Amino acid sequence: MSPRAAWRLETLGFNRVYDYVAGKTDWAAAGFPLEGKTASILKAGDPLRGDDVTCKLDETLKVVQERVVAAGANVCIVLTSDGIVLGRIRGRALRGDPETTAEMAMSPGPSTIRPDTDLAEAVEYYGGSGLMIVLVTDQDGKLMGTLFIDYARDLLGSDS
Amino acid sequence: MPIPIDRHEIQALIETGIAQVVEVLPDSEYAEAHLPEAINIPLKELDAGSTSALNKDAP
Repeated sequence: MSPRAAWRLETLGFNRVYDYVAGKTDWAAAGFPLEGKTASILKAGDPLRGDDVTCKLDETLKVVQERVVAAGANVCIVLTSDGIVLGRIRGRALRGDPETTAEMAMSPGPSTIRPDTDLAEAVEYYGGSGLMIVLVTDQDGKLMGTLFIDYARDLLGSDS
Repeated sequence: MPIPIDRHEIQALIETGIAQVVEVLPDSEYAEAHLPEAINIPLKELDAGSTSALNKDAP
């Protein structure tokens, strides 16, 4: 709602008027559901599985390696205690010295997108650039999940 | 005075089932996407008549 609308409601005698200034854009970017015509369009937040392997900055690579193997994964996402994405560890970095820390091994600042991004657009953009794994975060940088471009492409194919 | 609210607070209010969520968008924009259970009263139409069905004491 706009501040003008909130004030108008007060002048009309409403006693408990709340103003969600950030509005629909903020709501959608957090992955919360919307209703309406666009609600049925697949978004980047839809195919997330929530089984990401994560670790903290100060954990050793030995611990990370064990966790990744146990999950059958090939990447670990480094988070703060609040779930904010700091980096990720994969490939050669993941096979490095077991005594080093996640902080030392990670690649910082990975690409992220919001969960309300149109899935088809994300697949076209990232698939075209060769980036096949994209992290999905809310507007605070908190991890929501990993978008696998190949899986998303399959999903779009089966949806059409 | 209207109280600023964030997405978690409005989500909690919606879940109580007593909140009345009002969007003030043009009709076409509301039809594209809106918050769950929100009703639409375009800003230009926001007056005593268009809000008469709403509870003035509920959030």
